[in-house]
Amino acid sequence: MLRAGSEASADPKPLWLLAELTYRCPLQCPYCSNPVDYARRKDELSTAEWCRVLAEARRMGAAQLGLSGGEPLLREDLEEIVAEGRRLGYYSNLITSGIGMDEARIARLKDAGLDHIQISFQASDETLNDFLGGTSSFRHKYEMARLVKKYEYPMVLNIVIHRQNIDQIEDIIRMTIDLQADYVELASTQYYGWSKLNLDHLLPTRGQLARAEAIAHDYQVRMKGRMRIIYVVPDYYEERPKACMNGWGSIFLTIAPDGTALPCHAAAQLPGLEFPNVREHGIEHIWRDSAGFNAFRGFAWMREPCRSCPEKTKDFGGCRCQAYMLTGAAENADPVCAKSSHHEALVAEVARHTAGTAPARPLVFRNSRNSKALADTR
Amino acid sequence: MSPEALQAVAPQTIPKIAPMFRLQWEDAQDAHVLLYPEGMVKLGASAGEILKRCNGRLDVAGIIAELKAQYPGADLEADVYRFLEVAYAQGWLRSVG
Repeated sequence: MLRAGSEASADPKPLWLLAELTYRCPLQCPYCSNPVDYARRKDELSTAEWCRVLAEARRMGAAQLGLSGGEPLLREDLEEIVAEGRRLGYYSNLITSGIGMDEARIARLKDAGLDHIQISFQASDETLNDFLGGTSSFRHKYEMARLVKKYEYPMVLNIVIHRQNIDQIEDIIRMTIDLQADYVELASTQYYGWSKLNLDHLLPTRGQLARAEAIAHDYQVRMKGRMRIIYVVPDYYEERPKACMNGWGSIFLTIAPDGTALPCHAAAQLPGLEFPNVREHGIEHIWRDSAGFNAFRGFAWMREPCRSCPEKTKDFGGCRCQAYMLTGAAENADPVCAKSSHHEALVAEVARHTAGTAPARPLVFRNSRNSKALADTR
Repeated sequence: MSPEALQAVAPQTIPKIAPMFRLQWEDAQDAHVLLYPEGMVKLGASAGEILKRCNGRLDVAGIIAELKAQYPGADLEADVYRFLEVAYAQGWLRSVG
């Protein structure tokens, strides 16, 4: 989630460091944000390499540290990395499925200086949750969420929302109230990688969306001051694009498990761009001077209708990956924008995928077998 | 309205930073910031000066006395109360005792 706001600046700083510690994960969510070919990238940075990355990014101004994956709890050195993050002055966020967690580990992470834990749920009922995650995890997540509160962490619960669970949004919100979440992210699926493959199964209808939004807004008002509910709309139904990453190379720095540095976790799919690796370059060079981080900084790269658009300083032309996936060129306006000449085609595609016809193939779960098979066909 | 928003700030109120937030000085931004799950608020200079005194020991009268000592001649009382009310409404502060 992007809330570390700052205006587009002449001297941008990587305020937000997302450390994707591993692509390994016990869950198989069919909307996973990891690259489809993740199984080919097994190499992981060492503890010492992560500590160097943390120190260099902190010197550049990074203040928020996201520890993510895959499942970051699979890293046995997580406590060490957390402790180094605390020593350097980061606010550290563990973004986890809860699998691999137990009370002893929650306590150890607290001692190491972890600031906040975010647990994901796939749904509010056990059957659907465990179906989507591809493993029996619901009860354990519930138990872990209780312990996160017991150890007085601020707790965020994140639920990715899509056609399969959107109709139970009220139950989902009630679950998060029962678990005493401080923040709740109802994050509509964004369609990249795995979720794009599963669009037929995941994209909600406009009717489902309108109903869910009304319920979410009702609870936002009711829970004001006690629990903050953040509702992220699915941008395929919007008329203006999201300010993706608050602008390319503006505040976000993602480091993939193998050390590849990215302006966002989906950027590796863009063709013709080379992204530097922290094993070969320091963070300062990567952030300031690398071609990859400068490719879409500022406004000079823009084509029409973005170039002359008065809203370009607000939304930065939307998402480069979405522009590439849906129009073939990352320099185009994000076709979510009604000013894009590709917008009508997106509207037609949304209609096609929500027409109620049976999906052409079953859900593709995110696992190594599927990842290898998909990588081979590309 | 949240309970915090309704709280009246009085001279004897003893504020401290709420558990959800961490206040720290950031060299890179030349400012105090409030850090919270996945977010950050960059504070203006006077907001930073007030919040760093919200340490759970000083009451509001004490905070104002310290600020007056540091900025002699400044008429800052009303501004401090106004800011503290905003800070409580944002959930940044809790009262001790």
